[in-house]
Amino acid sequence: MTKLKIRTYSYIFLVPAFLIYFVFYLLPTVLSLFFSMTRWTLTHWNFIGFDNYVTFFSETALSIGFRNTLIYAAVTCGLKVILGLLLGAFLTSTVLFKNYLRSVIFFPTLLSTIAVGIAFSILMHPSQGLINTSLAALGINGPDWLGNTKIALLSVALVDVWKGIGVATVIYIAGISAIPGEYYEALKIDGGSSMNAFRYITVPLSRPAMNSVIILAFIGGLRSFDLIWAMTKGGPGFTTDLIASIIYKQYQAGFYGLATAGNVILFVGVSLLAFPLYRYLTKGEVYL
Amino acid sequence: MNRTTGRALTFVTSVIMIVALLAGCGSGSGSGNNSPTTKNNTGDTNSKTNVKTEATNAPVEKTTLTLMVGNTGTTLDALKAVGTEAEKKLNITIEYDIKPDGTEGDNLVKTRLATGDMSDLLVYNTGSLLKAVNPVENFLDVTNETFMADVLDSFKTVVTVDGKVYGAPVGSSSAGAILYNKKVYGELGLTVPQTWSEFMANNEKIKAAGKTAVIASYKDTWTSQLFVLGDYYNLQAQVPNFADDYTNNKAKYATTPQALRSFEKTEEPFKAGYMNKDFLATTYDVALKMLADGSGVHYPMLTSALDSILQNSPDKINDIGVFPIPGDSADVNGLTVWMPSGLYINKNSKKVEAAKKFMEYFVSKEGQAIFASKVKAAGPNVIKGIELPDDAYEGVKEMQKYFDEGKTSPALEFVSPVKGPNLENLTVAVGSGIISAQKGAEDYDKDILKQAQQLNLPGW
Amino acid sequence: MSRGMSRIMDKGGGKALIRDENRGISSGAKRVLIAVLTLVLSTVIFWIPFYFVIINSFKNQAESALMNMSWPKSFHILENYRNVLTAADHMLVRAFYNSMLLTVLSISVLIIVSAMAGFVLQRREGGRCSSFLNFLVLAGLMIPPAIVPTIWVLDLIGLFKTLAGITLVEVALHFPFAAILYKAFVATLPREIDESALIDGAGGGRLFFSIIFPLLKPVTSTIIVLESINVFNDFVNPLYFFPGSANATVQLTLYNFMSRFTTSWNLLFADIVLISIPMLILFIFFNKKIVAGMTAGAVKG
Repeated sequence: MTKLKIRTYSYIFLVPAFLIYFVFYLLPTVLSLFFSMTRWTLTHWNFIGFDNYVTFFSETALSIGFRNTLIYAAVTCGLKVILGLLLGAFLTSTVLFKNYLRSVIFFPTLLSTIAVGIAFSILMHPSQGLINTSLAALGINGPDWLGNTKIALLSVALVDVWKGIGVATVIYIAGISAIPGEYYEALKIDGGSSMNAFRYITVPLSRPAMNSVIILAFIGGLRSFDLIWAMTKGGPGFTTDLIASIIYKQYQAGFYGLATAGNVILFVGVSLLAFPLYRYLTKGEVYL
Repeated sequence: MNRTTGRALTFVTSVIMIVALLAGCGSGSGSGNNSPTTKNNTGDTNSKTNVKTEATNAPVEKTTLTLMVGNTGTTLDALKAVGTEAEKKLNITIEYDIKPDGTEGDNLVKTRLATGDMSDLLVYNTGSLLKAVNPVENFLDVTNETFMADVLDSFKTVVTVDGKVYGAPVGSSSAGAILYNKKVYGELGLTVPQTWSEFMANNEKIKAAGKTAVIASYKDTWTSQLFVLGDYYNLQAQVPNFADDYTNNKAKYATTPQALRSFEKTEEPFKAGYMNKDFLATTYDVALKMLADGSGVHYPMLTSALDSILQNSPDKINDIGVFPIPGDSADVNGLTVWMPSGLYINKNSKKVEAAKKFMEYFVSKEGQAIFASKVKAAGPNVIKGIELPDDAYEGVKEMQKYFDEGKTSPALEFVSPVKGPNLENLTVAVGSGIISAQKGAEDYDKDILKQAQQLNLPGW
Repeated sequence: MSRGMSRIMDKGGGKALIRDENRGISSGAKRVLIAVLTLVLSTVIFWIPFYFVIINSFKNQAESALMNMSWPKSFHILENYRNVLTAADHMLVRAFYNSMLLTVLSISVLIIVSAMAGFVLQRREGGRCSSFLNFLVLAGLMIPPAIVPTIWVLDLIGLFKTLAGITLVEVALHFPFAAILYKAFVATLPREIDESALIDGAGGGRLFFSIIFPLLKPVTSTIIVLESINVFNDFVNPLYFFPGSANATVQLTLYNFMSRFTTSWNLLFADIVLISIPMLILFIFFNKKIVAGMTAGAVKG
């Protein structure tokens, strides 16, 4: 067997992928540990120890960045996990126009985040936007979606869900379709309702799909940048700044060392949250 | 058990790998402090340019120059008009390399310079932002060029670094002031305020008349800075040493009451409810429209906005007047002036001679006349002998008075290299009541610290 | 892990999983009611924003500034779209060329290198070295890239601002996701396939390229669709690694137009419509295949 392995599954197959991966991803990541401790202009650097980290943590905008990033990731991830499951179950049932609905839900995924951000920031205009004019027609006084500091972040998160729900739903559809039909038939013979089927078969047996959605959505949420940048640029003030947008602002300002320190903080933060989550989820996975 | 050791081993291996890599890179970088990267890259660009321009060695042949310029406003169109003439007169074709404006564009310029990929010519900010891109290394010294003789010293000082002049002016000066609708002023019987309290009293009357007293357009965050930046005349009149002390880390916005006042001026119109509805969703262009049609009466803005008003609402342009951001006493009342952008030559360009020729043509009477035919002056010119035309905007004529009386001061960014990148976000936060003026000033002082350290200024 | 996987290959997808147990007349009525309800909801939530963008791209500036959905009083379709295409020296046309080229190149490289890597990583699952590599791949899925150091590295090897550079960055950043999908799918291919090929005298290379790779087609389709969307719609990486107006990609163009057309919503929307078309076409071709590839991949990811 080992002979077979060496000959057939040669490590040479890994070389192209890992060479690219090493040079363009791993190496910069490792270098970032060094550059985060410098004051850097791309051509010159001074080593300044942990000063950048100190600056980063003393920035008022950063604590808000941590909090916002967590809220954003939790909200988008939670909604995608729940709505995706419901939609996935719904769209694998005997509903009419199933294929049409699947396509429609997947549509926003095809659009660029920037385009979606621009369109929705116009739709969310506090007095002239379509959302609030429609609400006004129903007699509801809509809020300033992107200007109200209490809800601006949530508004962007909702748009994120609108755009990203398609992928989550497709993953669920794939997972639910893989559940053997006999289970449902057995339950039916026992007289179980469709609610029971959902609760006792669909939900537990689509756990692997759910785990994928949780991981992808949560990490995506923590790293999110495009949408917030297209819609609010972190504003008003700093109320919707995410860590990624703060990093970009430091980069724009030419504070390359500081931006890189932010990058390191983000990657440590993501690792601390995502790896344990991943470990935890894969442990409890239900295998078919 | 086995799996755990495997995992631990994986972890240890990865740590070792990272440490090894870090050590390797660390020592490599120590010796390379003088950046072989840039040299390599410049060489590379040069050779590329060489290939492109091999045919241009003979002077009769056409030379193509690249020119990087921002995409907002009318500067580009005006430059293109000059470029078209230059093509006929000098046999120089200009290719435009369009960059975004604002911090986005600043960043692009920094990256392009750092990686040795700058265009032959560049239109870029003057003052502190110029200093942040290391002109000594990147731009051609034009101190002794004859064509610079007519450029006024007031402009030269903002493109001078270490005693050398680097740029020629693109356009006229402008002021950071309050644009107001004169028609509404007439209808409501208001007079131009001399002090801040008179200004607030006018606001109250305007509000009572059912109009927006102070237009804010915080969707375009940069527009929120004017009450701070445009207030500098008042600040320097009361604290003459502020710029120096501020540059040397001795004066702070939060602890200098006259400087803190600028943040308070940002806060007060919001607190008094003088601002337009939806000001967080309002853009610069919408704000200009409100001002032009009289639904909004005061708009703190750069006078270069007059040009955009002309484009969008040509029939309303002479309804718009200009007055300085008022101080607290009538004795102190003057304009904070912005110098125009500069035209710079890339020092490492292979076509420096052609670039100089273009620059010479650009600042000549002829070049300036073509430029002015596309962009009307938003303030006095900074080239000797080029007067304001008779058909100058009403607002600009109102400004002239302050220039004649010597009641002007360059904005802080032209007298100090320190400008924090987050000011616009902080003024939005202060101007929409998210944080107090005091907190905004404190945060801005912290923001400045980063810039000063990045620039390696002494005393920080 | 790979036990019982053949079931997952079931591409039926549309099996009746939640069946309505009431077989009375009301059942049919209920179905229709649900269908109508879902149609209305999907229209409100998904179609209205599209409609809004498209219809406003047909209006003139003044009308589009009203930000409503009413039928245009006059149509300016050709005019608007021509304006967008010719703006800034046909920047959008150039951007389309750049984006297409970038997408095709990076997806091609990505597919080949990730399939190869996914194959060997799965077959060697459990080995010490491959565990470490798996860890690295997983890390790449989670840890955001270090941006400025990447610029520095690209610059060092002379690939900054080049198509080759951005292509390789895109490959590197999307490699973890593709490799994990491939790995999971390879797990569903029984080893007997490899063994019988070896008995027929095929080497590792021939086994992979002529037998395994064709079998990976479902997941390859999935990756083509999902990653093409990601690369074509990518904003951040070109923003950082591929600057310069000659290098513009469609997303950067849109971003630039945001400041250029600040009050001309009609033109901004026309731009959005134009740059959304390529991915819509791709989706129409590959629509059916997405779920199939996902089944093995992401579900077991």
